[in-house]
Amino acid sequence: MSTPLIKCKNVSFEYDGNVVLENINFEICEGDYLCIAGSNGSGKSTLIKGLLKLKKPFKGEIAFSDGLSLRDISYLAQKTDAQKDFPASVWEAVSCGALNKKGFNFFFSKTDKQNIENALKRLDVFDLKSKCFRELSGGQQQRVLIARAICSLKKLLILDELSSGLDPNALNNSYSLLKKLNKENGITIVAVSHDVKNCAKAADKILHLANKQLFFGNAQEYLKSDIGKSWTENANV
Amino acid sequence: MFETFQEMFSYAFLTRAVIVGVLVSLCSSLLGVVLVLKRYSMIGDGLSHVGFGSLAVAAALNIAPLTVSVPVVVFAAFLLLRVSENSKIKGDAFVALISTSAMAAGVLVISITTGMNTDVCNYMFGSILAMTKADVYLSVTLSICVLVLFVLFYNKIFAVTFDETFAKASGVKTGALNALIAALTAITVVLGMRMMGALLISSLIIFPSLTSMRVFKSFKSVVISSALISAICFFIGVTGSFLYSTPTGASIVAVNAAVFCIFASISVIKRRFAL
Repeated sequence: MSTPLIKCKNVSFEYDGNVVLENINFEICEGDYLCIAGSNGSGKSTLIKGLLKLKKPFKGEIAFSDGLSLRDISYLAQKTDAQKDFPASVWEAVSCGALNKKGFNFFFSKTDKQNIENALKRLDVFDLKSKCFRELSGGQQQRVLIARAICSLKKLLILDELSSGLDPNALNNSYSLLKKLNKENGITIVAVSHDVKNCAKAADKILHLANKQLFFGNAQEYLKSDIGKSWTENANV
Repeated sequence: MFETFQEMFSYAFLTRAVIVGVLVSLCSSLLGVVLVLKRYSMIGDGLSHVGFGSLAVAAALNIAPLTVSVPVVVFAAFLLLRVSENSKIKGDAFVALISTSAMAAGVLVISITTGMNTDVCNYMFGSILAMTKADVYLSVTLSICVLVLFVLFYNKIFAVTFDETFAKASGVKTGALNALIAALTAITVVLGMRMMGALLISSLIIFPSLTSMRVFKSFKSVVISSALISAICFFIGVTGSFLYSTPTGASIVAVNAAVFCIFASISVIKRRFAL
């Protein structure tokens, strides 16, 4: 396989002395479609924060390959509390995604603006661009946030709960968009989800967490393994 | 009307006050949008109390007030932002701690040295007579710096306000940007304090942005309208205080409050009739 973009060696995280993740070992290679699965509180979001260098592991190391910098990573963040009553238009919300392309420019260039519009069109929210973000439905907001991540797209896309608030139709569209980005544009994708069943179907590789590493490997192997079976069947109920 | 303005501007001190006041209102309204949305509204109030304490000390030591209070208040602003991010004492409680302590220190220093005189009263409630020429030059320079920096960093400031985690993950230096916002706020508070008074300056920060948020729904429109509202309210307030001999700071706040009520009713009417 190709070279690893990010390597995690014996990584552990803690909050105020409580260990939330212990001894995580995996690597993300170029062109991978990795799904990080696990239930609520299993440490998925913490691991994402680690990958984005928002939180330092207290043990182990998260190493980026030489060609990779933080600016190459796009991030679909979960909605924040502040956004509930924030006066921002959809265009403005997506425009944050254009910031990682800028060296030391103060204003948006024509290409930046073009990028923002393309991202809006891709997620089918172009018509909403002057609407107020907080007045959209949950699903529309999620699509806007995905558009923001797409707008900043370079090499690696990290998604924290893609599915939140999306109806089945929008969810399918988003999954096929990810697949397309992965296969056609060679974008590496890391998706965090508690929707193990759908996520495992879309991804090539699975990392299953429950405050420690339960499984890391191929998606097919995962679906055949005991833990994979129990989880995907659970999700059926 | 025209004659009123002519008469107003025939007083040199009033002209100075209006120039500085309009600039400070612009700065405070721009920063106010960010502070209100970041849930830091009380920081302006806390900083003004720290400013009062430092002005009192400066007066006692007979040093030019701005040279002491600008650095002291900037330092306090860093401290408040830092602490409200990662401390066990919650942000609002810590603001109260700092501001009352600084206020107490100021009152103690005053009672030992000069006693409660008009100067002290002016720090509390503001006075447009307090502006010297040197103050005006310093105020104009600093407020222009604040305005220019705000415009240059507009996109990044928006990103940090809207979603700090995302901005940080995009490689925006959020720590430095927050420090910049804190420093700009501190400078604005100190400049505005002389005119508005320590007790009223935070209204300049909070009112215009909250007023605009009643009606406007994008960040840019909120920013622009609060700048306009702030400058216009200041001007009406000063004119009113000149015509009816009311205290300047209080008149400006009263105008701001009235405009807030008007905008709030507009938003209610808009919602009621689904316009």
